[in-house]
Amino acid sequence: MEVLKAIEDAQKRSDIPDFGPGDTVRIQVRVREGDKERLQRFQGTVIQRRGSGLRETFTVRKVSDGVGVERIFPLHSPSIDNLEVLKRGRVRRSKIYYLRELKGKKARIREKRPPRKS
Amino acid sequence: MIGLIGRKIGMAQIFSDKGMMIPVTVIEAGPCPVVQVKTADSDGYDSVQLGFEEVTDKHINKPKAGHLKKHGSEAKPRILREFRVRGAGGGEGDASALPGAGEVLTVESIEAGSHVDVTGTTKGRGFAGVVRRHNFGGGPASHGSKTGDLPGSIGNSAYPGRVWKGKKLPGHMGDVNVTIQNLEVVQVKPEENLVLIKGAIPGGPQSLVTIRPAVKKAAKKGK
Repeated sequence: MEVLKAIEDAQKRSDIPDFGPGDTVRIQVRVREGDKERLQRFQGTVIQRRGSGLRETFTVRKVSDGVGVERIFPLHSPSIDNLEVLKRGRVRRSKIYYLRELKGKKARIREKRPPRKS
Repeated sequence: MIGLIGRKIGMAQIFSDKGMMIPVTVIEAGPCPVVQVKTADSDGYDSVQLGFEEVTDKHINKPKAGHLKKHGSEAKPRILREFRVRGAGGGEGDASALPGAGEVLTVESIEAGSHVDVTGTTKGRGFAGVVRRHNFGGGPASHGSKTGDLPGSIGNSAYPGRVWKGKKLPGHMGDVNVTIQNLEVVQVKPEENLVLIKGAIPGGPQSLVTIRPAVKKAAKKGK
């Protein structure tokens, strides 16, 4: 078991910032076209994180031209060039699927206040 | 590569450089000392006998001790397995491809990206019914059905008047030797004696497996 864990842990990424559901993130995805590689941007709201270890994934949702688009990324995927947290959202559950039913003003998420320094 | 003896550790996942998740089986293989070398001259065919898992004298019984002594082996392996060696010309009698006795084979002899055949013993499943053993459909689950997982009719009537040979029926399942062919070697970790092979192989964790070069791939390459 330790051997298997070591193999998987060695592939985990430590450069991914801490983020959670409700946060707005911008991801640069490495896309290979033929033998050329370019970066594709995907910006949206994180609506869930699931799984653990190397297999952990998260879902990002955005509304593009009135059409909802969701993309699921493996958290430790080497295809993610970088991930930037743009906004921290204050939500009360870990899976914010209810966002799918909402649009316009109702689909807004309250921003999390930075923790007060004492 | 001639072959190696190893133990299955379990399965894990690896990201490829393209970002794809690859399921891999981790095998701890070797180091395997060459105990005996058989040549076309001495035995009629070329092969080597490899050992695996060093043990103390206490665990070597007398027949094995005699065998090891006869071939001058310093290694005292728990397990011995024989591997056929195909000569460079594809036939027998080419001793140049054979390693010498006492030489130790490790996972370094396996090349990442090459293909191998892996042989192991499947998990024993005991006396299994026809649904589990032969993928029969079984009966309807509801609507008052009383069929369950029964095999149904097992033959005809006056002709042939008996059950055909080979008819799929309940019986013992598993605990048989199975070879999975053409598995891709994803990664080799020489410092830990580990080989990562794409896909599943027979048996549970800690079960004994043998790794050989893929027979079908070798034929294609003309080796």
